[in-house]
Amino acid sequence: MEKTAKQIRGDLLRPLFRSGAGYWLAVGLTGSMVLAGVFAFSYQVYHGLGVWGLNWPVFWAFDITNFVFWIGISHAGTLISAILRLANAGWRRPVTRCAEAITVFALFIGAIIPICHLGRPWLFYWLVPYPSERHIWPNFRSPLLWDFFAILTYLTGSTIFLFLPIIPDAAAARDLAHGWRQRLYGLLSLGWQGNPRQWHRLESAMHIMAIAIIPVAVSVHTIVSWDFAMTPVPMWHSTIFGPYFVCGAIFSGVAALILAMAFLRKFLHLEEYLEPIHFDHLGKLLLTMSLLWFYFTFAERLTTWYGNDVAEMNVFWSSVRQNFAPLFWTMITCNLIIPFPLLAIKRFRTITGTVIASSTIVAGMWIERFLIIVPPLEHKFLPYSWGTYRPTWVEITLMVAGFGMMGLLYLLFSKLVPMISMWELEAGIRKAPVVRRRAATFQPGAATARAGLTEPEPFVTDAPR
Amino acid sequence: MTHKWAMVIDLDRCTGCEACVVACHAENNIGTAGPDQAARGRAKHWIRVERYWEGQFPNVRLRFQPVLCQQCDDAPCEPVCPTFASYHTPEGLNAQVYNRCIGARFCANACPYTVRFLNFFNPQWEKPLHLQLNPDVSVRSVGIMEKCTFCVQRIRAAEIQAESEKRDLKDGEFNPACVQSCAPKAMVFGDLNDPNSEVSRLARSNRSTKLLAELGTKPNVNYLQRDSWQDGKNG
Repeated sequence: MEKTAKQIRGDLLRPLFRSGAGYWLAVGLTGSMVLAGVFAFSYQVYHGLGVWGLNWPVFWAFDITNFVFWIGISHAGTLISAILRLANAGWRRPVTRCAEAITVFALFIGAIIPICHLGRPWLFYWLVPYPSERHIWPNFRSPLLWDFFAILTYLTGSTIFLFLPIIPDAAAARDLAHGWRQRLYGLLSLGWQGNPRQWHRLESAMHIMAIAIIPVAVSVHTIVSWDFAMTPVPMWHSTIFGPYFVCGAIFSGVAALILAMAFLRKFLHLEEYLEPIHFDHLGKLLLTMSLLWFYFTFAERLTTWYGNDVAEMNVFWSSVRQNFAPLFWTMITCNLIIPFPLLAIKRFRTITGTVIASSTIVAGMWIERFLIIVPPLEHKFLPYSWGTYRPTWVEITLMVAGFGMMGLLYLLFSKLVPMISMWELEAGIRKAPVVRRRAATFQPGAATARAGLTEPEPFVTDAPR
Repeated sequence: MTHKWAMVIDLDRCTGCEACVVACHAENNIGTAGPDQAARGRAKHWIRVERYWEGQFPNVRLRFQPVLCQQCDDAPCEPVCPTFASYHTPEGLNAQVYNRCIGARFCANACPYTVRFLNFFNPQWEKPLHLQLNPDVSVRSVGIMEKCTFCVQRIRAAEIQAESEKRDLKDGEFNPACVQSCAPKAMVFGDLNDPNSEVSRLARSNRSTKLLAELGTKPNVNYLQRDSWQDGKNG
C-alpha cells in the first residue's frame, strides 16, 4: 500500500525525536571504541611510531590498509547515488541518503588515518601549499600530495552532495522542532521556503554535483592506487592498479551500503521503506562488481605468473602458496566463492543473503588491501632486506576505532537528519502516474501515448510544481 | 668545478669485517637499537654487509656485499616525498632534509635497495657511547627518515677548506668514514667528473657493475666483481 506524504514524514522524522536505551547503548559502545583509539594514538605520539608493528622493511601495513579500505568504502555512496540519480532509477529514492552519508563519514576516517600514520603527525599541514615564510611548497610530484588534493576535493564535493537534498527535509523538520533542534534545522535549511525558484536552484545544483562527483570519485581511488603503482616495488609497479582499485572500491562500497541499509531497516524500523527489492537490485550490482573484481585479480595474477619475473614471483608465491596463503584464499572465498552463489541465485538474493555476502566482502576486501601492501614490502629486490610484519595492540586498537567512529558518526547523523530523503520519496509517489505514462511510450506503436505525454519531466529531483 | 661524488666497492677485496658499519655508526651519530628492537627490525645501519653463499657444496664461497645508499641519479625516493625532505643536491647527492621530514615513509617503500631508515623512537646510545657523538652531524629525532649521506659533513668541510686555500679539491683528500676504515681497501670514493680520479678509473673497469641496474635508477655506487668467481684463479 502506498503511503501518503504525511505518513512518510511521520515515519521518517520519528527516529529523530525519540531514542530508546538501545540507541544510547550503541552510542556508548562506538564512542568507547573511538576513545580507545584516541588513547592508542596519544600513546603512539608520546612514545613514537615504534609502538606499531612496523619495521625495516615493512614501513606501511595496517595504517595504509585501513586508509585504502575506508577510502574504498567511501565509493559506496556518492558515486552510486550520483549514477542512480543520473540514470533516473526510481528505486534509488530510499537509498541515496544513507549511501551519501557513508561516503562522507568513510572519507573523513580515511582522511584522518594518513595523518595519524605520520612519523610526526603534528606536521601534516606541510602538505598544504600555504604561503610559507621559507618559500617552501609541497612537492607536487608526490602521489601523496595528489592524494591530499583528491581526497579533499572528494570530501568537499560529497559533503555538498549530501547536504543539498537535506535542505528541504531540514526545513520540514524545522517546522516541527523546538529548542536547539529548531535553531539547528533553521540553520541547515538555509531559509528554505519551498518556492519554485528555490526548487529550480536546488535541482540545478544537484544535477551539477551529480555529474561532477563521478570523475572525482574515480580519480580518488585511482590516485590512491598510484601511491603504490608509482614505485618500483615488485607487484606494486603495475598499470592495472588504477582500474583495479576503483573496481575494488565500488565493490566494497556497495557491500558496506547493503550492511548499513540492513542496520537502518532493523533499528529505525524502516521495513516499509528499504524493501527486499532494494537489496535485490543492489545485490545484482554487487554480483557484477564481484565478477569484475575477480577478473582484475585473475588478470593481475596471471600476467605476473606468466611473466615470471624473479622479484615479482617471490611476492606472488608468498601470497599464493607460502605464509600469506591462508589470507589469500580467505580473500578469494570471501569475495567470490561465498558471495557468488548467494547473489547469482535469485532465491538466495534476499535481504539475509545479500547481508551475508556483503559481510564477507567487506572482510575480504580488507584482506585484499593488506595483501596488496604487506607481501611486496616484505619481499623487495634484495633478499637480505626481506622481513616480516606483525601488528601490535596499538594498530589493532586504531583499526577498531575506525569502525567505531563510522558507527558513532552514523548513529549521531541518524538522530539529526532523516536517513531517507523524505521529499524525494514524496516526489516519487507523486510522479508515479507520469512514470507509468512514460513507460507506455517505450512500447511499440506508442505514438498516441507519446502525444499524450505533455508534462516535461524534471531531470534529477522532480520537484513539486 | 661541480663534483659528482661516487663510490667503487671491490667485492673481490671485501672481507666482510664490518669495520665500515662501525665507522658509519660512530661518524653519523646512529643510535643503537638494542637486541630486542633489532630483532624486531628496528636496527639502523646506513651501510650493511649483505652475506651471500654461492655455489654447491663442497665448492662453495661466501661473498660479502656492502650496501649503502646508492645515491642514484634517478632516485625513486625523491619524487615521492611530499615535502621535499628527500632532495637531489646540485652535486648529485640524495640528501635527506631532516627538519623537513614528516615521516610518511613513502621514500623507504619506494627505495629498491631498502637503505632508508625510520627513527621508530628517539635515538639512544649505550653508555659511554653517548659521549662520542660527532658534533658535525645532527641527531635525528623520532619519526623521521634517515640514510647514508656519503658523509656530506666531510665533503663540505673539505670543500670549505679548499676554497679558503683557493685551490681545487685533490683526489683522495678526504673520504667518508666507511671508505676510510676499510682495511682491505675495497672501497674507493671520489669525483666522477674528474676523469683521472681513482674512482673514475675503477668505474671504467670491465669488472664494474651496478646493483639492480635494470631498474634504471642510475646508482653512483659501482661494484667491482668478476663475472663468475669460479673462473678466477683464486676463487
